Amino acid sequence: MGSIRDSLADAPEGRERFLWGATGRVPLGRLDGTSLRGRVAELARRSVLIATRDQLAAALALIELDGIARRLIVCTPDLPAEHFPAVIAKAGVEAIVSDHDGGGAWGGAALRVLCDGTVRPAEETPVTCCRTEWVLLTSGTTGAPKMLVHSFATLTAPIGRALGQRADVVWGTFYDIRRYGGLQIFFRAVLGPGSFVLSGAGEPIGDYLVRLGAHGATHVSGTPSHWRRALMSPEARAIAPRYIRLSGEIADQGILNALHSFYPQATIGHAFASTEAGVGFEVDDGLEGFPASMAGAPGDVQIKVVEGSLRIRSARNAARYLGEDDAPLTDEEGFVDTGDMVQRRGDRYYFLGRRSGLINVGGLKVYPEEVEAAINRHPAVRMSMVRSRRSPITGSLVAADVVLKGETGSSGAGGERVDFKREILQLCHESLAPHKVPATIRFVPGLEMAAAGKLARHA
Amino acid sequence: MSVKATVISEIQRIAEEETKSLPPLTDDLVLLDSGLDSFGIAILVARLEETLGFDPFTETDDMAYPVTLGDFIRFYEHAAEPHGIDSRQSG
Repeated sequence: MGSIRDSLADAPEGRERFLWGATGRVPLGRLDGTSLRGRVAELARRSVLIATRDQLAAALALIELDGIARRLIVCTPDLPAEHFPAVIAKAGVEAIVSDHDGGGAWGGAALRVLCDGTVRPAEETPVTCCRTEWVLLTSGTTGAPKMLVHSFATLTAPIGRALGQRADVVWGTFYDIRRYGGLQIFFRAVLGPGSFVLSGAGEPIGDYLVRLGAHGATHVSGTPSHWRRALMSPEARAIAPRYIRLSGEIADQGILNALHSFYPQATIGHAFASTEAGVGFEVDDGLEGFPASMAGAPGDVQIKVVEGSLRIRSARNAARYLGEDDAPLTDEEGFVDTGDMVQRRGDRYYFLGRRSGLINVGGLKVYPEEVEAAINRHPAVRMSMVRSRRSPITGSLVAADVVLKGETGSSGAGGERVDFKREILQLCHESLAPHKVPATIRFVPGLEMAAAGKLARHA
Repeated sequence: MSVKATVISEIQRIAEEETKSLPPLTDDLVLLDSGLDSFGIAILVARLEETLGFDPFTETDDMAYPVTLGDFIRFYEHAAEPHGIDSRQSG
């Protein structure tokens, strides 16, 4: 076994299962149709980029092409057009499967195959011919995505136990399935006995909650920020899940408790996972952080903490980065350094944030240097340091400490400072995505420097 | 300024910065329909902490997330009391 196709073929006949999209549904079971208009044979043993707007179309293409394409590059829906040429070149893309024409972003070389969220009868049923490499994208320091190589084996390694689920399971996720967190739910749903409700492109969270409720969703996943937004929606009562899963950001005690009191019938678990390390562990005792006993324990997943940063080794780790310029993925012992800083207090480890100073605003990454560069363009600014500020709504927010030129101590005209603040925000709004604009700006007399003359960033 | 007036004025300021227009800010307005998305609401909470000196979300691990603007204001008014801030009127 080693492909979705083979797993579906081996699955016992059971109750009817569906993949529900925003506008349609597709029966989930043996693959005897095509969403690629019968052109699957043209894609055999090729490197294929999946770049669709519609999640259901992406899901169907992934199911149809796993075990057929040599490599599947799973494109996130919000990848900026400027990054396509590098992704296509690095991954040796030979064909592009999409539900639209790409608006000129894809160049002219590759074979194009149109797909959509419907399955039509196919003349022939292809058979698994290779072990497909799955390439997932995650945002990198320079803005260009990092590309990580996974396989059916690494992606499905965390879900052995989950396959014993009851047949009436209906999965839903606020994630997009083209990100690691969402793809985990996709595999749990497709390889398990249940159904799966996908969100539509740009679908408001309230509408998705109503659809989840209408299809009787039992297992629902998302980031803590997704869940906070769900709880702030009047439609939160539309669902009554049995299982709630949080991942992708630090799950604090506040959101765990709020979910427990709002959905008292649900088991609530939070998972640590990243595109690089895969699913590290799942915690279901209702408490934030994770038991310190997990570090150093034997098992499928090994965890250690080195200089405060969490390292993970398991069969769920990505195989490597795609592109030879990138650093090795693991240390010499095969552990992925997650860059997530943890601190032990008593018998538990708690997450502190990222070593790099990277800020996770509701699941969107912000590199402080980029924001500092925008702030430093203001003529009155001598220097600035951008840091993470905890937010009960989006997990983190961008906060800026700014040193003005010609300032000694904290003196300075109040009115002038108000103007500077407004002007700095204006500069940031002009050049940065909204989530990167500082939520708060504080004027400070000086900034701490580390030994090498760099700003002292704290995790 | 009262807690309510502070909340309203911060919402208006954020909408102005993001050049978004706001619907009438009534008590029963669903916050996520106010023109501020969850990111805007996160900024609102951060700015209110600077203005009022407290963040009611972090003062307790047991709370219900506010759904309407009225819920949100009451949440702040309730939290203001132990801070000695008159929730209706002051300076």
